[in-house]
Amino acid sequence: MTNLIDIKGVTHAYKTDKGPLPVLDGLDVSVKEGEFCAVVGPSGCGKSTLTRLVAGLMKPDQGEVWLHGERVTSPRSTVGMAFQNPVLLEWRTILDNVILPLEIVPNNMTRADREDRARALLSLVGLDGFEDKRPSELSGGMRQRASLCRAIVHKPEVLIMDEPFGALDAFTREDLWQTMHALRAEEPFTGVLITHDLRESIYLADEVVVLSGRPARTQYRMDTRLDGRTDIDLLYTPEVATMLGTLRDQIKIAQGRSATEDAL
Amino acid sequence: MNKTVRQWAIPTFAIILFLLLWELLVWANGWPNYKMASPTDIGPAFVKYWPLFLEYSWDTLWRTVVGLVVAVIIGTGIGMVMGFSRTMRDALYPLLVGFNAVPKATVVPVIALLFVGQHDFNTILIAFMISFFPIAVAVSIGLSTLEPEYRDILRSLGASNLTIFWKIALPKTLPEFFGALKVSVTLAFIGTNLMEIVEPHGRGLGHLFDSGKINADYPLMFAVLIALAALGIILFYVVVLLEKIFAGWAERSDGY
Repeated sequence: MTNLIDIKGVTHAYKTDKGPLPVLDGLDVSVKEGEFCAVVGPSGCGKSTLTRLVAGLMKPDQGEVWLHGERVTSPRSTVGMAFQNPVLLEWRTILDNVILPLEIVPNNMTRADREDRARALLSLVGLDGFEDKRPSELSGGMRQRASLCRAIVHKPEVLIMDEPFGALDAFTREDLWQTMHALRAEEPFTGVLITHDLRESIYLADEVVVLSGRPARTQYRMDTRLDGRTDIDLLYTPEVATMLGTLRDQIKIAQGRSATEDAL
Repeated sequence: MNKTVRQWAIPTFAIILFLLLWELLVWANGWPNYKMASPTDIGPAFVKYWPLFLEYSWDTLWRTVVGLVVAVIIGTGIGMVMGFSRTMRDALYPLLVGFNAVPKATVVPVIALLFVGQHDFNTILIAFMISFFPIAVAVSIGLSTLEPEYRDILRSLGASNLTIFWKIALPKTLPEFFGALKVSVTLAFIGTNLMEIVEPHGRGLGHLFDSGKINADYPLMFAVLIALAALGIILFYVVVLLEKIFAGWAERSDGY
């Protein structure tokens, strides 16, 4: 299978008053079509920069970002984005919020087509009956569901998520994880998930990439396919516990502490 | 009590009570009308000068509204420039603050001399000058505090800056804009009247007030004040109505 996303040797530094601040250093990440890649790493290691690069919102100093065989140099409509903050527009109903990308991306859908598409997605994430509500009338978890619908309503090739469940409580988060699996079953997409929740990365992703501390490079990769199973109990199996242990060790290394040192 | 009845009955009752207390105050102190006119003096003044009131109210009203419209256009323009460009914000802010700090009452005679005889132009100019500042500040703050994620959502889809402005920046700024407009509408009204009072041979309620003063017609002066209050209330509520239509979403419904 071909790689849908290819990040090759990307190096980037932000310009600050105190000189350049390197955030990415020769980063390599590739994601196969239809797969879901989770990126974890210490905070401030340049994970969010990665999302902006893939979305074409900024250009790297060095290296290349490829999407579906095309080099990314500017934003493209084949990308959907979801952030920790659901950023719904308060002056639009939930339905109109989900429709928003269809008003931007060139397409020949009629208003009715767009509504049907948005309604179908909202129903898929369990938001039937909330189409005409305002964002402020919904709970945090519901808003994030709507935000996910908006991110994929235009059938993007790539869904980029930057800690989308970071602000939710643990129970809501687990609900949303299952919703993600339900969405993927109905609407296949390739995904990049930035997260600091290791269990989330194992449960949702096919591969987990651990970034080193700043400036980030690829430190470790782990295949986290769970034989196609998606039940949440999976997270409490020994197999997943082993994966978690390995990832935790890798994060500690990324933070600059060795795994054994910390155990003492 | 029925909600609509409440909405109208209570303010009406309050106004009547206010007029009664006013009448009582004047009567109890035995003030002559050159010290303080009472509501019963003002009524006849209105009747006597009714055609003038209609004509001059219209003058004051349209000049204020035109001044305000110009303030909205130019204020929004300045606000947009300042909101989108950090450099322009740094450059324009001290100038605007300085300009706004000058009491407009002192500018009125200058303008009146500068464009002598051009009553409409002068009045509109002052109404504009006194009222555009809050609008410019509100729009610039609204735009510059737009969270980057909002922009990214649309930019990642390939939207142009103009689209981002229409779909997100503009609607998101509307509540701040209307907040400022409520202040500006009152300011513009003050500006109009300042000029009308100062300019000789002018028109408008300000001029009527001035002629009341010159002719020692005190009930007329008080009647003008009442007319001004009425016009001010109308203008203010027109803005409130516009806000309800265009930015009603920003209002939390009861119970939230």
